[in-house]
Amino acid sequence: MAGLAVTLKSAKNKLDERSAPLIGLVAVFIFAVQMLNFPVAAGTSGHLLGGALAVVLVGPYAATLALTVVLLIQALLFADGGLTALGLNIFNMGFVGVWVSYAIFVLIYKILAKFGSQKTSVVIAGSIAAFISVPAAASAFVFQYWIGGVATYSTTTVLGAMVGTHILIGVGEAIITFLTISAVISTRKDLVYGANKISTKGAKS
Amino acid sequence: MIEQSNKKFYLVFLLVTIGLAGIVSFYASSSPDGLEKVAEDVGFIETAQDHSLDNSALADYGVAGIENERLSVGIAGIIGVIATGVLMYLIIKFISRKKP
Repeated sequence: MAGLAVTLKSAKNKLDERSAPLIGLVAVFIFAVQMLNFPVAAGTSGHLLGGALAVVLVGPYAATLALTVVLLIQALLFADGGLTALGLNIFNMGFVGVWVSYAIFVLIYKILAKFGSQKTSVVIAGSIAAFISVPAAASAFVFQYWIGGVATYSTTTVLGAMVGTHILIGVGEAIITFLTISAVISTRKDLVYGANKISTKGAKS
Repeated sequence: MIEQSNKKFYLVFLLVTIGLAGIVSFYASSSPDGLEKVAEDVGFIETAQDHSLDNSALADYGVAGIENERLSVGIAGIIGVIATGVLMYLIIKFISRKKP
């Protein structure tokens, strides 16, 4: 809750008239794509979390806001993701997913931008961030399972299974993020947060 | 004010989104997702409780009362897009109004 309050306050400061419609669109886009479960292994599917995608397009504060709204709508309107788990879901996907993505994106982007074109650097850094953010969010779940687990299974078993499965889902996350950022950045680079708001000293443009 | 050149971009973005939620969603895999699958395999799925809104009109991405699966999922998807959009609009409006 405190985290949400900070997010709202910071999102407000970063908000300008130009980015507002894009933030709304990113939220509805993530809602739509989260519906699209793709098969990852026998009898298992995965879907986009959207943290990295949102971070690159609108920045971390707006990304947390967008993810929170998506999870709220899913839980309240579609009975997906329990009401009691809503807080943890928001934490795992809206905070862990988003901020891990942000950290990795900035790190890799700054390195890549020294060597390659800005567009390519944003797309590649965003895709790698997407790939890592999924097992990271899954690990956050396992941590909570470990703290509060009412089920009697070993945490290491759960951790292995969660991270193993979610690395595969991370590949899907990276592909969707790659395609979406590529499409947006090739048409409207000026609207992409990751391409404008992060300084890269000595980078080619 | 949204500039003219932006309008087209946002419109295309929105149309793609509606297409994904309304049409492509029907083809989504119905296998359990990563978390559900692990919960089933390891065994802690039993600790999950039924959602208290399980009987709501839109539970599990279908519209209650519409038999046609394609239509049911598609309409649920579009309702979700509209709901998400409206809530985002309200929040953004609310927080940007307080700007000094």
